[in-house]
Amino acid sequence: MSNSSRLWGRLIASGVASALCYAALFAYEKEIMAAFTRTDGLYPLLPVVTAFVFSFAHGAFTGYFWELLGIHARPAPRRTVVQVAE
Amino acid sequence: MDAQFLELGTHHVLFLLIVGFIGGLVSGFIGSGGAFVLTPGMMSLGVPGVVAVASNVCHKFPKALVGAYKRFKYGHVDIRLGLVMAVTAAPGMWIGAGIQQWVRERFGESGSNLYVSLACVIVLTVVGGFVLRDAWNIYRGGRMDAEDEISRLARWVQSIEIPGTMIHFRVAGIRVSALFTLPLEFATGLLASMIAVGGFVGVPGMMYVLGAPAMVASATELVIAFVMGLGGTIKFALAGLVDIRLAMIILAGSLFGVQLGAIGTTFVAPYVIKVVMGTIMLIVAVSRGLVVPVYLAELGLIGLSQPAMSLLKTGSFVFMVAALAVGAFIILGAMIRGYRTTPS
Repeated sequence: MSNSSRLWGRLIASGVASALCYAALFAYEKEIMAAFTRTDGLYPLLPVVTAFVFSFAHGAFTGYFWELLGIHARPAPRRTVVQVAE
Repeated sequence: MDAQFLELGTHHVLFLLIVGFIGGLVSGFIGSGGAFVLTPGMMSLGVPGVVAVASNVCHKFPKALVGAYKRFKYGHVDIRLGLVMAVTAAPGMWIGAGIQQWVRERFGESGSNLYVSLACVIVLTVVGGFVLRDAWNIYRGGRMDAEDEISRLARWVQSIEIPGTMIHFRVAGIRVSALFTLPLEFATGLLASMIAVGGFVGVPGMMYVLGAPAMVASATELVIAFVMGLGGTIKFALAGLVDIRLAMIILAGSLFGVQLGAIGTTFVAPYVIKVVMGTIMLIVAVSRGLVVPVYLAELGLIGLSQPAMSLLKTGSFVFMVAALAVGAFIILGAMIRGYRTTPS
């Protein structure tokens, strides 16, 4: 499999995962808001866990998105440190 | 605590996606940004202030996580420096929040707003002016391609050896005594709790007091933002104040932005980070300065008509949006120039 096909595969997989996360959030909006604003038990952890899950799925998707558009980081240039003269 | 949550419309979603993207772009590049527009922006859509703050914080930590990971891959992040800064800035933030609480109880909501606005104007003008002046000197001296100049203060701080207190920050390439990092981090937390954007104090502090390179300081700020954002989210979630829908919509835009901003840092000379940061800080200072007369009038210290107060508040918001837009414009312009000059 070529690099490009592999990248497309990853983009589609992460895109589907991200879309499913957002679809679930809005399809069950009322139930989610009711549960996520509860302050008892472990309910306050729900926003934290959700934010992590979304950041993995959507973060991967956005990374592959820029990569497929050809927007990559430039290899690190040689660094020099200049000291201020006394 | 019961809070009112917004019925979301298409215009709400579009606004949050766009501001989230631009805020993410600036964050990925200078380590912070976006909160100063997102929070008042959400409030202007009808979101209660405390829910706007909580939802903004909840989008901040996953965004910072992705940005920090990206910049870690480029060798910009000093995890040890970030963790040390974040953990010891917390007491400063608590005391800062306590001072703000005292001001609110003593002088009311307008007094508190006046205190925050004046602190913003003073801190952002002094620090932002210093950062921009430094960037200008680098540009004028034709040293744009050099990594960084170490300030006299940082050289002095690095030269002091106190046995048993020295910490080596490998990526930043500095070795300093904890007796210097502790008060710096405390002051950073204190000032951050006043002006609500910690990076505007933390990044210059790391650059000019400790001597960390701009590239490392801006990336390490993302680690600090992650730790602070995670703690803040837990605190607000315990009070049931996080609107997860708002937070995840902003995150949808900001993850595109933060990755682009992080990539952008590899195409620009380090002084561009100082240009963007100094420019944004000075424009935000103007924005906060415009509302100072409004709070003075609300406290009955000066006379101001209602239309004049509305005009000043609108002008303040426009300047805040302009700060973010100008920052994004400089970043994209510098990235495009850098991209064109990169050999393929």
